[in-house]
Amino acid sequence: MTTPSAIQWFKTREGIYYMLLALLLVVILPLTLDPFRLSMTGKYLTYAFVAIGLVMCWGKAGILSLGQGIFFGLGGYCMAMFLKLEASTPEATAIQSTPGIPDFMDWNQLTELPWFWQPFHSFPFTLLAIIGVPVLLALIIGFTMFTRRVGGVYFSIMTQAVAAILTILIIGQQGYTGGVNGITDLRTLMGWDIRTDEAKMTLYFICVALLFGCLFIARMVQNRKLGRILMAMNAQETRVRFSGYDVAAFKIFVFCLAAAFAGIGGAMFTLIVGFMSPSFVGIVASIEMVIFCALGGRLSILGAVYGALLVNAAKSGLSESFPELWPFAMGALFIGVVMAFPNGLAGLYQSYIQPLEDRLFKGKQAEISSQSSAPISQPSKAEESDGYDSSMDNYSAEKS
Amino acid sequence: MNAAKKKGGDFLLAVEGLTVSFDGFKAVDNLSFYLDPKEIRVIIGPNGAGKTTVLDLICGKTKATSGSIKFAGKELTKLKEHQIVHCGVGRKFQTPSVFEDLTVFENLELSYPKGHSVMGALAFKRDAKVIEAVEEVAATIFLSDALNEPAASLSHGQKQWLEIGMLLIQKPDLLMLDEPVAGMSVAERKKTAELLRVITKNHTVLVVEHDMQFVGDIADRVTVMHQGKILSEGSIDHVKADPKVIEVYLGH
Ligand SMILES: Nc1ncnc2c1ncn2[C@@H]1O[C@H](COP(=O)(O)OP(=O)(O)O)[C@@H](O)[C@H]1O
Ligand SMILES: [Mg+2]
Repeated sequence: MTTPSAIQWFKTREGIYYMLLALLLVVILPLTLDPFRLSMTGKYLTYAFVAIGLVMCWGKAGILSLGQGIFFGLGGYCMAMFLKLEASTPEATAIQSTPGIPDFMDWNQLTELPWFWQPFHSFPFTLLAIIGVPVLLALIIGFTMFTRRVGGVYFSIMTQAVAAILTILIIGQQGYTGGVNGITDLRTLMGWDIRTDEAKMTLYFICVALLFGCLFIARMVQNRKLGRILMAMNAQETRVRFSGYDVAAFKIFVFCLAAAFAGIGGAMFTLIVGFMSPSFVGIVASIEMVIFCALGGRLSILGAVYGALLVNAAKSGLSESFPELWPFAMGALFIGVVMAFPNGLAGLYQSYIQPLEDRLFKGKQAEISSQSSAPISQPSKAEESDGYDSSMDNYSAEKS
Repeated sequence: MNAAKKKGGDFLLAVEGLTVSFDGFKAVDNLSFYLDPKEIRVIIGPNGAGKTTVLDLICGKTKATSGSIKFAGKELTKLKEHQIVHCGVGRKFQTPSVFEDLTVFENLELSYPKGHSVMGALAFKRDAKVIEAVEEVAATIFLSDALNEPAASLSHGQKQWLEIGMLLIQKPDLLMLDEPVAGMSVAERKKTAELLRVITKNHTVLVVEHDMQFVGDIADRVTVMHQGKILSEGSIDHVKADPKVIEVYLGH
């Protein structure tokens, strides 16, 4: 994007929405929340990565994965393995019967580091694995399912099954994975203590920056022809196929993209919270992530961020006072959303608040469009969720 | 059949011994026919004769149980749907299937034969060539003024045209249309016939149609199907006079 069009973009409605989110996450929350609450917010934001992926995968392409916890967990475990190895120096673990290996391995009578733990001594490898491992698994699942034309409910059930299997595997292989407790007692990242308030603050900002990176990628995908194909595939898969597209390849791509986002979110979760456990991999966690996305609005990547923030804030608010009530509230919320406003908060916003904005903005929009001397074409429904990329979609503008 | 004697000639499409069986029921049974380049062939026959299934088999939507489909020398039965499209076969469905949420422009653009891989679709740019191609096709299908309208707002007939346009922009060598005028008003039928006359100038076309008036207007040759087999084949006058055809199809 060239500079003048980038400046123009910030004046569009979509640009303003992004700036408002940035303002909230970068300025308002850090100024108003104490370090503990801010770190909590950071934790909620790690779920937003998953929710953005679900918007692309489920909202746009119609592929409902009920197993995104798999990828969140894998990214998180990759990071946790690196941090655990760093915390398990021979000096720190001198009292163990085998010093230099993670404590839970020692408790489980392991006497040497398993082969698949070895590469996690390397930070570059770990960074690669945080994205690579989830993507590789998504590729395998996607390839086996989508080339066989398994879709819809069957696909959702398969992802649940994989989530369940992975959880059982992690819990069962205690010596290799830390079992049901997960990988705990993480301390430093390349010598930098991640438990201090300053570190938590820094991690929060890294998380926000990465989130905007993912939002940018998702936005680019949805505004390119690729995004329109995903939407078209959702509604008219056969027509897409007979327009000459290999539908399976597009499904695999978007599923892998969602897995990559989830993996990054998981890794940030481990850093911010300081541990990783199988409860974030399993069926319940995966379904919760779908609820964040549904509530925020499954067609809107920005909505997904707000959905993750709000549901989690409500969850911690409610479960601090009435812990037993939360599952019911969550269930009711989900059913309510699906029945009453299937496009979630973003959908509500579009139908009730945007018309008000329209009246306010009218003068201003006219000014902008006269400047660029091109009529602003009506964005199709496919892009209305997050506005549209004026450089791509204004057919009349390109023509002139 | 004299077509069989021409075997090995310069057919664009050669279908031989094509059979598909759905749980033992042979919807298409040992079917053979041949299309010359630039020929307009119409398939007629009673409901359930297997006409749609023949098109499904050629475009890869349904896999053949046995037999062969050679298109411009390539065997299609082993290829995937999108590969068959890339070979130059375009298919229009019986019920209009367009992308309702996208505009007419975007519908045509999606079918433009470029950027069909994932990375290609990510890198795809709406350049002057694309716009030109879209406008040209839009003019052919009477939708020049509706380019920025969402496809959902089009009438039934306009959707049918849009889908035909989505085929045209692919620049296929063979166009297959399944009942293109079904459900259209009289005025729309006339325009569609006009549209087909334009299309048939430089494409090979395989049409399934019931409207005999319409068939007579456009067909070079007609193939009559009944119970998965060919009942009769030849010029419109030839099949109209065939007693077997009168008995099973035209008689009622
Ligand atoms: N996928 C399928 N599975 C089972 N039977 C099918 C399938 N497709 C078509 N048929 C059957 O094959 C026969 C021919 O159908 P079709 O080709 O649609 O006929 P038409 O000539 O009316 O287009 C019908 O009896 C139909 O029920
Ligand atoms: Mg039919």
